[in-house]
Amino acid sequence: MSIIEIFFWLLSGLAIFSAIMVLISKNPVHSVLWLIVVFFAISGHYILLNAQFLAIVNLIVYAGAIMVLFLFVIMLMNLNADADPQKNVWLKVIGIVTGGLLLTVLVSAVRSSNDLVNRSAELKTGSIGLIKSLGITLFNEYTVPFELSSILFLSAMVGAVVIGKKE
Amino acid sequence: MTLLALNLDWAYLLGKLILIAIIISVSLVIAMYETYLERKVAAWLQDRIGPNRAGPFGIFQPLADGAKLFFKEEIIPNSSNKFLFILGPCLAMMTAMMTCAVIPWSSSLDFGHGPIPLQIADINIGILYIFGVVSLGVYGIMIGGWASNNKFSLLAAMRGASQVISYELAMGIAIISLIFVTGSLSLKDIVGQQIGHTWNIVYQPLGFLIFFICALAECNRAPFDLPEAESELNMGYHQEYSSMKLGFYLFSEYINMFISSVIMATLFFGGYDIPFVNTATMNPNLAAVLGLIALMAKVVVFIFVFMWIRWSLPRFRYDQLMNLGWKGLLPLALVNMVVTGGVVLWLHK
Repeated sequence: MSIIEIFFWLLSGLAIFSAIMVLISKNPVHSVLWLIVVFFAISGHYILLNAQFLAIVNLIVYAGAIMVLFLFVIMLMNLNADADPQKNVWLKVIGIVTGGLLLTVLVSAVRSSNDLVNRSAELKTGSIGLIKSLGITLFNEYTVPFELSSILFLSAMVGAVVIGKKE
Repeated sequence: MTLLALNLDWAYLLGKLILIAIIISVSLVIAMYETYLERKVAAWLQDRIGPNRAGPFGIFQPLADGAKLFFKEEIIPNSSNKFLFILGPCLAMMTAMMTCAVIPWSSSLDFGHGPIPLQIADINIGILYIFGVVSLGVYGIMIGGWASNNKFSLLAAMRGASQVISYELAMGIAIISLIFVTGSLSLKDIVGQQIGHTWNIVYQPLGFLIFFICALAECNRAPFDLPEAESELNMGYHQEYSSMKLGFYLFSEYINMFISSVIMATLFFGGYDIPFVNTATMNPNLAAVLGLIALMAKVVVFIFVFMWIRWSLPRFRYDQLMNLGWKGLLPLALVNMVVTGGVVLWLHK
């Protein structure tokens, strides 16, 4: 086993374990913290794929900003474990079945996708995740989508400010 | 022996581990003596003598303080969330220490077996790494404040988090305009460009000012120490903490101060560059040691300025803090970014 394989299995195990913990934690604050662990594990995968820029941006945006806001809201809402509404058992069973079906569809779609058949991940060699090549690709080939998405972000921010503003 | 069979450069790994151990212990010792310096500077500014009992000039005062903290009774409130209560100070300490991984402390040493770089990891996104770790620093405060199950702690944690998030924006934009000038995100490259040339402070004076103010806010130093405003929140987010867990919170503030001084020296003041001295012709070991001394001298100046500001200025009110961050620094940083970008573009044409 190479060192990369060891890291891959460790990180995958960590990601799946903490993703399950997000779901089964009774305390919402614990769920948020486990979700942060998931983001760390995924960033570790990015580093294994030689995408350092994506790894650190994933951390800055998700773990550093979005999760802080999640924590903010959850801490101020003061949720308790006993305030958790009891769900119908049948609802749970139906949820499990549909979730499992969705997973099957997704897995089969990904496995048979043209982009993935007979391909393997580029470990330590690919350069698209590095800041230089990513920047060149973004600002040459995908300039219009990039600018459009920034306008979308801006309008979302303006919308949030307008909604949040007290009259 | 499967571990040994791995295809690894064990000498390299061992060297890095030793370097990490040295850097962490040095940061801890420096943070310890920062507390001493803080009290001495405060005393000097207020025309007092300051600590002078333990050892000559009170030089062992930090050791006495540390021992005191260790021997204090450790109290975990009954209604607190025990695990998170302990996790809070650990996270604060860890994020404070993590930043030093990408800092180039000096030029490479050489003992005849090839160069030994005095930097744990030279990654090509060094600045972003620092920015990422800084943005994680808020968790220590938030988790500690919430887990204490105390209204004052929670309010202080919320204040701290919103303050850090607000000032991160202006700081990030100040860094972007610096990157326009350097063209590289690796701290080693940024220092390399400044050695023998003009320091970045000449190109980015406004960017440095913004960065400095934001660094004060990110370290929760006065006049931005709203998370621990004792007059309105008792002690803020670490009110319920005692013993060494309190010590960790206090300590992480001093480590943050040290690391942010190092980063400011590295980004804007040439890092380990010695002004008007050409180190390229010297013995590499001598150059490395002198470079380290130069970096530390710059750092001490910054730390002194941090303390000077703390003991001279009163604390902001909360709305003033938010106004300064969002209506003052952020537009200023944006203007600085646009102007820098325009000038860089114009000069390259």
